[in-house]
Amino acid sequence: MTTITAPTVRTAPPAKRRRKGTGAAVLRYVGIAIVAVYCLAPFYWMLVSSFRRSGDIFDNSLLPTTWSLESYAQVFDSSTMFGTALLNSLIVASITTALALVLGIFAAYAIARLNFPFKSSILAIVIATSMFPGISVVVPLLRLFSDIGWINTYQAMIVPSLSFAIPLAVWNLTTFMKQLPFELEQAAMIDGCTKWQAFRLVLLPLAAPGVFTTAILTFIHSWNEFIIALSMVNDPAIQTATVAISKFTGASDFQAPYGAQMAAGVVVTIPLVIMILLFQRRIVEGLTSGATK
Amino acid sequence: MKQRRHDRRTVAGIAMMATAAIALSACSGSTTPPAESGGSGTELEGRGPIQYVSSPDASGAAQQSIDEWNEANPDEQVEWVELPLDADQQRQQMVQNAQVKGETYSVLNLDVVWTSEFAANRWITELPEDAFPLDEHIPATVEAASYRDVLYGAPYYTDGALLYSRSDLLTAAGVAEAPQTWDEMQAACDAVLALPEAEGMSCYAGQFDKNEGLTVNFSEAVGSAGGSLFDDEGKPTVDTPEALTALNFLVDGFESGMIPKNAITFQEEQGRQAFQDGNLVFLRNWPYVYASFSATDGTSGVEGKFGVSAIPGESGPGVSTIGGRNLAISAFAENKATALDFITFFTSEEQEEKRLELSSRAPVFSSFFTDEAATEKLPYLPTLLESLENAQPRPRVVAYGETTAAIQDEIYAALTGEKSPEDALADLQDALTEITSD
Amino acid sequence: MTSSLSVDAPRTGTPRPKGKGEGSMATALLSPTFIVLALVIAYPLLSAVYQSMFSSQSGLDADGFVVEGETFVGIANYLDIFTGSDSPRFYNALWNTSFFTFVSVSLETVIGVAFAVMMNRAFKGRAFLRAAILVPWAIPTAVSGLLWRWIFQSNGIANELLNQEILWTAEGMSAQIAVITAEVWKTAPFIGLLVLAGMQIIPEEVYEAAKLDGASGWRQFWSITLPLVRPALLVAVLFRLLDSLRMFDLPFVLIGPRKSSVETLSILAWDESNQLNYGAASAFSIILVIYVAIIAFVFIKLLGANVAGDSEEKSVRRMRTARRKAAR
Repeated sequence: MTTITAPTVRTAPPAKRRRKGTGAAVLRYVGIAIVAVYCLAPFYWMLVSSFRRSGDIFDNSLLPTTWSLESYAQVFDSSTMFGTALLNSLIVASITTALALVLGIFAAYAIARLNFPFKSSILAIVIATSMFPGISVVVPLLRLFSDIGWINTYQAMIVPSLSFAIPLAVWNLTTFMKQLPFELEQAAMIDGCTKWQAFRLVLLPLAAPGVFTTAILTFIHSWNEFIIALSMVNDPAIQTATVAISKFTGASDFQAPYGAQMAAGVVVTIPLVIMILLFQRRIVEGLTSGATK
Repeated sequence: MKQRRHDRRTVAGIAMMATAAIALSACSGSTTPPAESGGSGTELEGRGPIQYVSSPDASGAAQQSIDEWNEANPDEQVEWVELPLDADQQRQQMVQNAQVKGETYSVLNLDVVWTSEFAANRWITELPEDAFPLDEHIPATVEAASYRDVLYGAPYYTDGALLYSRSDLLTAAGVAEAPQTWDEMQAACDAVLALPEAEGMSCYAGQFDKNEGLTVNFSEAVGSAGGSLFDDEGKPTVDTPEALTALNFLVDGFESGMIPKNAITFQEEQGRQAFQDGNLVFLRNWPYVYASFSATDGTSGVEGKFGVSAIPGESGPGVSTIGGRNLAISAFAENKATALDFITFFTSEEQEEKRLELSSRAPVFSSFFTDEAATEKLPYLPTLLESLENAQPRPRVVAYGETTAAIQDEIYAALTGEKSPEDALADLQDALTEITSD
Repeated sequence: MTSSLSVDAPRTGTPRPKGKGEGSMATALLSPTFIVLALVIAYPLLSAVYQSMFSSQSGLDADGFVVEGETFVGIANYLDIFTGSDSPRFYNALWNTSFFTFVSVSLETVIGVAFAVMMNRAFKGRAFLRAAILVPWAIPTAVSGLLWRWIFQSNGIANELLNQEILWTAEGMSAQIAVITAEVWKTAPFIGLLVLAGMQIIPEEVYEAAKLDGASGWRQFWSITLPLVRPALLVAVLFRLLDSLRMFDLPFVLIGPRKSSVETLSILAWDESNQLNYGAASAFSIILVIYVAIIAFVFIKLLGANVAGDSEEKSVRRMRTARRKAAR
């Protein structure tokens, strides 16, 4: 297997391209700064607000007038079971992502690499399932899941989430696999690889960016799902984080617990982003090293 | 015409063809005999564990009552199913459960305005009146728990409108008493706003965003002008001089600047914030804001500078609507006898008194409102009682959702100047007539 | 070029391998996907079609109880939506849905591609930038809806920064701007990430060759990057289209239900079912599905996002043309 080298996966362009001088570099950093501010400014507002006291939560000062951990204390108050809820979200989102990827890779491989009729119709049917408005799915599914005893189970949350995740995975991965040259696999097979090995060692690593991106997007999407999780589960032991947030309370029925909601938003978002960044490095490295072995 | 009595067999049949692999058999066979419909006056039977389905309660007071019950009744445990804080989402969950005739919900904590809808759809069962000391309750709360003179809920806690005023500024301007009429309120504002320290302030605000709060504020204005939204027979009466006076009070208020422009985006919390920041002389709000205004940690700009009174009206004290919650038994519940016992226990005077230590929700027993210990903790109680004795329920119609939506559509259009008040009321009369006619 | 089998190596005459029984293998690989999708979508969809042909009776009997049972009305619910007294509300929602989708997806595409271009370059702090770009997509929609509602409050930070007193959460153009701002902010990262992934599989050799021919950075972007990420970009945009046409949470949380300037078809369906008009609600859902399907079909036909039909030969050819154009 020595003659086959996959086209280098470009993680970064060559340094030479930055030759244009400092003017362009400055311009680029200005652009980066704009992007960072654009993305983070609202998040900053959430962060600052989470450190305000509930009394002055509507202040417009750029830093809290009085710093307070009141909101965080409320989030992690034992009665909210927020820790459990985070764990549940992790379970649901991970399984959804894993299933969507496995099914998506299978399907995408078939569509992109195998010869059989009606490919377009199959893709059309797959994507058609993402066309039904989410809010209209709830009552029929509740009826169905009550009848088959799925209320208060993880699968009642995982399976509906797949209706977004699978079409995305199938479509996106099909595009990726389509773009990779056939000769790669062929050559691998000439070298004695089985079809499976050719798939695992050549094709999959090359599609890694696509697989990984699909994973991030479906993970976050299912992590943020609310209405299905709320309707299918009423046992606090398996409720997810978004549902737990909706049950935070203010001092009265009218007083939304803004501080706690913002704090929970921060608590949910930051570990997620860090985790994704760590995983990204690991997974991309793992897959690409497999390719050159 | 083919009639279909909520029979799911056909749906199931179609679905079975498509998803042959899925066992849907449970869909067509009935797992329980059809649930006893509410209102038939049948015995409430069955004992065992039940679920209490309710909005969350941050104070821990409700949890305390439940714990006490569970300790005393090991065989009839109550499990609290917490719903989201948002009332619309609570209703949606309960309606969904009724759609699938779910047995998991036993006792429902219902907003007073949902009572008619749930009763008329037979989602909740009739309650025996002799199980509750109803004559010790504030009459308006019992009325709000009944549908067509039949009791469907046990009053749990109540709510009414209060007028908050900046007593410091009123004193400075030489206004001795809180206003009882709209004209007096305007006059008081004129005096206060002339003061240098009142620069930049506005006179009055309530809740005017397109939301339940707008229905509340409009129906209070109509009541305060001597009218009502529906007559005793349930026919809409909004195309009347009284309703026009009421709507004009609000529309003119926005036009003259008595009500600040941004109040069109106010729900309860935005108004609280504006008053607390010292931007308003008067505010119509619920009792809950009292605690925020009295906060001594520096977050309240009006601590010690405000007073409460009953809301003003056209020619005398105004008419409040009534808010609050009732407990009811789901028609599809299994252990209804236990559910009834639990409700009786939970809403008893003894439990209300215990909860008062932790919670600031207003009790439904009249005796508390003059009770020394209670009024010390919640100083607004006497004023609230005054407000509640004069209160009118919001429209008690079955299609409450459509009714409140129609009110919000038309009144919001009038407040934003999209329609003249006359047109808005005429259109509202038509819309309400259509909603209630069938 | 070190690889003996690089993308632009002359194609050998070998025909595409035709394994035996590829059809049955494909069936095996595809069926799990179809089983899951049938479970989640087929039942709700069929039950909606069925439900949409009934109208619930709304009368009360003598004792004040709702008369149970529903009447078969055929397509009356649909006719009512298109021509009934409430049809202006439907057309308004249809317009809002289309308007929001068009404006926000266009903006998202431009911003998302810009994100991807930036993330695809090596520079100090790239990890930070990637994290920053992920943040808007990662915040739960319910929380970000609240956050934006708050930012756009009449005395909120948006008005303070702009030194204006705009009533964003009331009716009108300002409410639409608020919704689009929040939507674009939240979902541009979706397009950004998918496009970035598409850029990462462009072989470096293509750029190097172009550079030897002296193509400028801008030119490389237009004639190499963009054509080569086109499939990924089209998939990203297609999924955003589908999602955006069903937009619900943001206008609902940010501005509120029943506000005509931001009412979408999904909100209309929700409103009907909230008022227990399940027949009409289902009819709205079906109409929405059909509308989404039409838009998706037109999009695929016009822009050729047809992944299946795009054969591998074509994509290799495209890569070559891209290089040639860049070199010109």
